[in-house]
Amino acid sequence: MDAILLQILNGLDKGSAYALIALGLTLIFGTLGVVNFAHGALFMLGAFCAVTLNKIFQFSYETIDPVRKDFLGNPLKVETPYVYDWFGADAGAAMIEWSVPLSILFAIPVMILIGLTMERGLIKYFYKRPHADQILVTFGLAIVLQEIIKYFYGANPIPTPAPQALTGSADIGAAIGFDAGSIIYPYWRLVYFLFATVIIGGVFAFLRYTTFGMVVRAGMADRETVGLLGINIDKRFTIMFAIAACVAGLAGVMYTPINSPNYHMGMDFLVLSFVVVVVGGMGSLGGAVAAGFLLGVLESFASMGEIVALLPGINQIIIYLVAIIILLTRPRGLMGRKGVMEE
Amino acid sequence: MAKFTTDVTRRGLLKGSALVGVSLAAPTIFTRTANAFTNEPKGGSVTLGFNVPQTGPYADEGADELRAYELAVEHLNGGGDGGMLNTFSSKALKGAGILGKKVEYVTGDTQTKSDAARASAKSMIEKDGAIMITGGSSSGVAVAVQALCQEAGVIFMAGLTHSNDTTGKDKKANGFRHFFNSYMSGAALAPVLGKAYGNDRKAYHLTADYNWGYTTEEAVRSSTEAMGWETVAAVKTPLAQTDFSSYITPVLQSDADVLVLNHYGGNMVNSLTNAVQFGLRERSVNGKNFEIVVPLYSRLMAKGAGENVKGIFGSTNWHWSLQDEGSKAFVKSFGTKYGFPPSQAAHTCYVQALLYADAVERAGSFNPCAVAEALEGFEFDGMGNGKTLYRADDHQCFKDVLVVKGKENPTSEFDLLEIVEVTPVSQVTYAPDHPQFAGGSLGTCNPGA
Repeated sequence: MDAILLQILNGLDKGSAYALIALGLTLIFGTLGVVNFAHGALFMLGAFCAVTLNKIFQFSYETIDPVRKDFLGNPLKVETPYVYDWFGADAGAAMIEWSVPLSILFAIPVMILIGLTMERGLIKYFYKRPHADQILVTFGLAIVLQEIIKYFYGANPIPTPAPQALTGSADIGAAIGFDAGSIIYPYWRLVYFLFATVIIGGVFAFLRYTTFGMVVRAGMADRETVGLLGINIDKRFTIMFAIAACVAGLAGVMYTPINSPNYHMGMDFLVLSFVVVVVGGMGSLGGAVAAGFLLGVLESFASMGEIVALLPGINQIIIYLVAIIILLTRPRGLMGRKGVMEE
Repeated sequence: MAKFTTDVTRRGLLKGSALVGVSLAAPTIFTRTANAFTNEPKGGSVTLGFNVPQTGPYADEGADELRAYELAVEHLNGGGDGGMLNTFSSKALKGAGILGKKVEYVTGDTQTKSDAARASAKSMIEKDGAIMITGGSSSGVAVAVQALCQEAGVIFMAGLTHSNDTTGKDKKANGFRHFFNSYMSGAALAPVLGKAYGNDRKAYHLTADYNWGYTTEEAVRSSTEAMGWETVAAVKTPLAQTDFSSYITPVLQSDADVLVLNHYGGNMVNSLTNAVQFGLRERSVNGKNFEIVVPLYSRLMAKGAGENVKGIFGSTNWHWSLQDEGSKAFVKSFGTKYGFPPSQAAHTCYVQALLYADAVERAGSFNPCAVAEALEGFEFDGMGNGKTLYRADDHQCFKDVLVVKGKENPTSEFDLLEIVEVTPVSQVTYAPDHPQFAGGSLGTCNPGA
């Protein structure tokens, strides 16, 4: 039982990342009708916002320590971060330590700007083009973005740890009556799950309870009629693209302590996230979130030692198997709307 | 009596001549007959082919390899401070190129993909006239390029490749490996692990699902089981896996008290990070502290894993903190030129370039068969790792192996690993027909012509 609970927790965590990326994908598809294959790259750019802020905080000046030696036996060059001088040693150290959570503040304007630039500079020219063209151009953009990141940051993963206070593990098993140590779960993964829940809830609330959201939902249902009412729906959809980019970026920021960011991480999530969207139902926000968590949990279970021993390799194909079964039985996905992706 | 027809037409003759001409002119290494051996240098220079990952997941390692090769070329041509030419026991090289010819080089990008690596090596041999190919950061690439070089008739001096198969079942007469292998890692690590953690341990292996992972798991398992450890599970993980949490959680449910991560590069960085996140290092099982082992370490990987490597044992081919004269000379040359210490990948590539050049000098010929003969059974010193033998039976170098541990209190960003033991070569030497190296044969040297 404790093993099952542990895998469910694990799946929720992985599902959070799937759900956040799929949510952004669905927002873009539902509003602009664009299949955005660069969405994984936005997730990666978010992660590198955290890397960048961490590097900015660690930007240092050199002093020579005549006593200690470097690897060549020369006097050691000691690097002192500028933030130590500007804010004091304790505050400076705290800024570096808490750089990932602080990166949220840094990433929001950056990702919104990237989203707006991307939509106005490229995506808008492909609204009326076939989905195949949209896929090609956004996939190309994703490759360009990841190559730019590789050029500046290198190919190796860059460790970007969570604050010390959040790096331990919670003994959830002991808290709920199981044996101590039977269900251990890292604090940061719990933080990630909570963060994803808040972001998803925030997006849903924004669409459900604000006038802006109401107009966007109306535009998603019937773009032409909303336009005829004198509402500049295109402008709102552009803003929604920026919000979707921001959601993907924030998902990336918070993911950095879980796995060290590298230039390829967007591609690693992209295909799976598209499967999540298709399983959830193209255009369905609720479907994307539900499918994200569902597939995350299933993938986690499929990786259990007993399951892999029984069905070797099942963990690598489980998501695609489920996708096939769901699409055979429900061609529009779990919560897909009629008419979406249908002639 | 059959009629012997001789009705040759002008058109037919032209066609036939053209066909023969095209065949003879085709730039293929496999039909070349004019030279005594493939790419025999004719002018005042000789071209070496450096085939390293310039893109892909090991690009940083490839960049360090290329730096080392450029340094080697500089030293071979008499530039810089000479580096290990000054400490190398063989004194055949004088800093005047190779056999009086200036050393030039071309580079290729393996992308850490076997087909891309073969294509770039083939291009360097056919189009650029490279007489020797060296480099790579993966056993899959090494095995593929080694086979190509065997067919083409050039020498392959392997870069970073740790799988037993490179000099085991996939060994080739034209291929040589200076780097150590999985067996040696297991043989060096086991006694240190036994001493540190005891002989009554239960190990759980996570293994990269490809050739290198299999041989590393086999080597570490057999070495640790021989001293009393029990292997409770060995699970294969996909190469493309980035989040290993679903593989880590079953470890928590098992009664294992040691996790062995047969992972390399980004896989190791992620799996170790996940293992630490799930509290394995603070865990206590069977009354013992839970331990993690990483059989193959590199400084670049340790940098990627950050604080998580502290206190974790592993093995490495070479480390910049070694205090022998050869290592110190190399670190000084490399560090002065580039501003940071070389990685083990840089070291093995630099040494391979020098060993090839030295073999040519001693053989007095660039002919691959003469070079191979000069390398086989060659004993040398002054290149780090103490006295080293290029064994004739399998073209594997035998030398001391380092057991290292993630440093608890690093003094700089380079100071991540500390050497805990230099395992003597006698402890890591095995018979050429050892079961882990069974199958395949060297075959015979191919000069290509």
